[in-house]
Amino acid sequence: MPNTDHKTQTLESVTIRFAGDSGDGMQLTGTQFTNTAALKGSDLITLPDYPAEIRAPSGTLYGVSGFQIQFSSEKVYTPGDAPDVLVAMNPAALKVNLKILKTNGIIIVNTDAFKRRNLELADYQSNPLEDGSLDGYQVFQVPIMSLTRNALEDLSLSNKEKDLCKNFFALGITYWLFTQSLENTLNWIEGKFHNRTDMLEANQLALKAGYSYALSTEMFATSYSISKAKKRKGRYRNVTGNEALALGFITAAKLTDKELVLGSYPITPASDILHFLSKYRHFNVKTFQAEDEIAGIGAALGAAYAGAVGITTTSGPGIALKTEFMGLAVITELPLVIVNIQRGGPSTGLPTKTEQADLMQAIFGRNGEAPIPVIAAQSPADSFWAALEAVRIAFKFTTPVLLLSDGYLANGAEPWRIPDPSELPAIEVTYASDAEQFAPYKRSLDTLARQMALPGTPGFEHHIGGLEKDESGNVSYMPDNHDKMVHLRADKIERIREFTSHPAIDGPEMGELLLVSWGSTYGAIYTAIEQLRKEGYTVSWYHLRWINPLPGNLENYIHNFKTVLVPEINLGQLSKILRMEYLVDVRGFNKIRGLPLSTKDIVEAAKSYLKG
Amino acid sequence: MREPIINKAQFTAKDLAGEDIRWCPGCGDYAILSQMKKMLPKLGLPKENFVFVSGIGCSSRFPYYLSTYGFHGIHGRAPALASGIKLANPDLKVFVITGDGDGLSIGGNHFIHLCRRNIDITVILFNNQIYGLTKGQYSPTSEQGQITKSSPFGSIEPAFNPVTMALASGASFVARSTDREQKHLGEMLLRAAQHKGTSFVEVYQNCVIFNDGAYSDITDTKLKKDNLLIMEQGKPYVFGQNSDKAVNWNGNKFEVVPYNESTKSNNLFTHDEHGLRATTEFVLAGLSEQPDLPTPIGVFRNEKRDTYEALLEKQIEFVKQNKGEGRLVDLFNEGHTWTVD
Ligand code: SF4
Repeated sequence: MPNTDHKTQTLESVTIRFAGDSGDGMQLTGTQFTNTAALKGSDLITLPDYPAEIRAPSGTLYGVSGFQIQFSSEKVYTPGDAPDVLVAMNPAALKVNLKILKTNGIIIVNTDAFKRRNLELADYQSNPLEDGSLDGYQVFQVPIMSLTRNALEDLSLSNKEKDLCKNFFALGITYWLFTQSLENTLNWIEGKFHNRTDMLEANQLALKAGYSYALSTEMFATSYSISKAKKRKGRYRNVTGNEALALGFITAAKLTDKELVLGSYPITPASDILHFLSKYRHFNVKTFQAEDEIAGIGAALGAAYAGAVGITTTSGPGIALKTEFMGLAVITELPLVIVNIQRGGPSTGLPTKTEQADLMQAIFGRNGEAPIPVIAAQSPADSFWAALEAVRIAFKFTTPVLLLSDGYLANGAEPWRIPDPSELPAIEVTYASDAEQFAPYKRSLDTLARQMALPGTPGFEHHIGGLEKDESGNVSYMPDNHDKMVHLRADKIERIREFTSHPAIDGPEMGELLLVSWGSTYGAIYTAIEQLRKEGYTVSWYHLRWINPLPGNLENYIHNFKTVLVPEINLGQLSKILRMEYLVDVRGFNKIRGLPLSTKDIVEAAKSYLKG
Repeated sequence: MREPIINKAQFTAKDLAGEDIRWCPGCGDYAILSQMKKMLPKLGLPKENFVFVSGIGCSSRFPYYLSTYGFHGIHGRAPALASGIKLANPDLKVFVITGDGDGLSIGGNHFIHLCRRNIDITVILFNNQIYGLTKGQYSPTSEQGQITKSSPFGSIEPAFNPVTMALASGASFVARSTDREQKHLGEMLLRAAQHKGTSFVEVYQNCVIFNDGAYSDITDTKLKKDNLLIMEQGKPYVFGQNSDKAVNWNGNKFEVVPYNESTKSNNLFTHDEHGLRATTEFVLAGLSEQPDLPTPIGVFRNEKRDTYEALLEKQIEFVKQNKGEGRLVDLFNEGHTWTVD
């Protein structure tokens, strides 16, 4: 007898992970869940986690694609360490993800996929659904594939086509479990499949069938509800980091009243910025898909020279190819933003996974003394603001700027509070106005930025280039001139410190432990600090915005702690820089697994220093 | 905006003098620079609209020696810079100055894609068949067997033919000239500069230091007439001491036939820069590699095609018509949004 009096329980926060074959549509399913939860007012952060192969052989462990989302009535800073709920579409997805699931967590499995062949592919000696290995979890066995086929019985589609809808069936189950409305996804399906009415109907039916199945079978004794998050007033939308960067650059071009020229070559996980920007021709966005990484930055630099907002985007080995042009941008002192979506390296490394191992390269990786300011985005939505700031500094200091994001920020999503265009910071652009006084390497006394004049401006004809120049723009090999120019270029970057706001220290200004961090670890460390404080520990935290130049106020704190701990997804690159800059015996916490650091690990690492 | 110091096209070759020239005395580069200076005022454009972009090598110092806007880039990458410049400001008249090493070796990839896209840029390639600035190594256009610093026993690499590459890559204007035929060179530069789309001129250039006499068969006054073929639109390919020979297409290949000024027509194959068939076009470009046939100079191809930037502008206009001029409020509020009050 079905239990008819089911309860709805209110939770503060839930982490759910959808996992299946890379062809199972898990990214789409996760995105739909995300948008629906966001519309309901949850705060959230997502973590797509997918293989490099577009369609890895089905059923294999390495072909598993996952999408994790933490949604909450409180502000969330990470996609969650350990999922409360796992939706596993096949044995491989179960195997890969089981180890991170919370004890007593909910598992919804597609039993249809637990056949011998799939079990073998997933390296299972026996069926985990039968051998007791899932004891300690709440397992819900659902023949998702056959139920989807049943629901679509009356439609004249092949079984193969019907099976494509099974992810919506699974999504329907989770919508019931978390009392979400179907409406948003039904609308989405309608828009997406308007050219294929048969698939439109099938997907909608599958979603509703999944929902009804959970409702009528009462498979779950309890459904859960997450109250609206108490967020700052305003209008919100979900953005991924890559989307937010693109929005930021379009905005910067509007604010400067310039065209945006993106020179880029397709590379994972940066390509979405190119895709996104290429849709905005009506914003005078000129995307140039170059023949290679080098031409991508070359075109962006040429465009910057001719007066556009020049942007180039890349990842992994792509940044290595761009280094020569970065040197040219340094010596010609042109405003240019180079975006590096860091991914696992070296070489091709882990194309779809996240890492923070390009920091040293960003700061030092060029021939000669070639200083470039380096800014890091700290969350998906924050990428918008990082983009604006990067463009502002590029123009103010006539310099290339390196903006570091990473695979996790690029693909992860969170709600972005939509700013009022009138509240946005101004981006100043100045050009030389007095032809008599003009010399291309004459500088502002404030910023040391050089005078810029755009080709096409009468009376300001001049030369720039990769050879060392004197102030007039003439080639100069004079020893003293080179010494002077090397110093000027370095001093100019140091001056940026005086024109950027410095992060505030979070916690006491002296004590036992200071955490220093940069980039995408922000969320995990934020949550770790919260947890440590709940447990009664006193810790301080300083999260960098600009890593080159380092902010002025860090000097005031960094010497005041018994331990300075730097968690990073690399072998300790910021640690080395801080040791070098401040002569402090910095400790690192380093895990390079292609994944964001987990809150739990950071908490433990911090505690090990607090105890001692 | 200030008034232009020099009004529209009111400048002469003299006004174009740039920094002190540092090429070797006797270098063929001087002739190209001087023809360029003579040619620019004829374009009727204001001086500030010219941008010279270059890579690395002897030829790439060119922008410094003109008083126009100039961007001395990095090795092989001038086409990338120039493409960006033209994208950002299509009103500029952009030149790429390159050499055989810069344009066809390290920059080969950028060169072919520039031609393919048909961006309105004029490329002048100084071909001296050697690396000059690095002091004498063989280049991708050096002849097989050539003795150089890096090929003391002779280069074993076959050479590229720059005109063939430009044709194959889809450049819409392709020409060849030499540093010694000054008038011809000036005319080729002018026609290339006036062309809308990617225009390419290969200039045979003598490097007096590392490869002197590489083109002696077409520059030596005694040999020249028998070895140099100046192609002219609509005319047969006549050459020889007394204009008594012609190169004729026999349907299969080019061959030398006697030519008699008085009987002119003789059903000889005539040149058509607007529509040579691919086979003839490529064989013609390759005649320079055939010792028994003369080396053709002149315009190989001159065709009208939409430029990249024109198509881009058209697309922008099209999207604007459909979606309206982009506004930030709309951009920000796209897709699913929700309000928290
Ligand atoms: S090395 Fe050759 S190409 Fe270079 S400047 Fe001297 S003569 Fe000219």
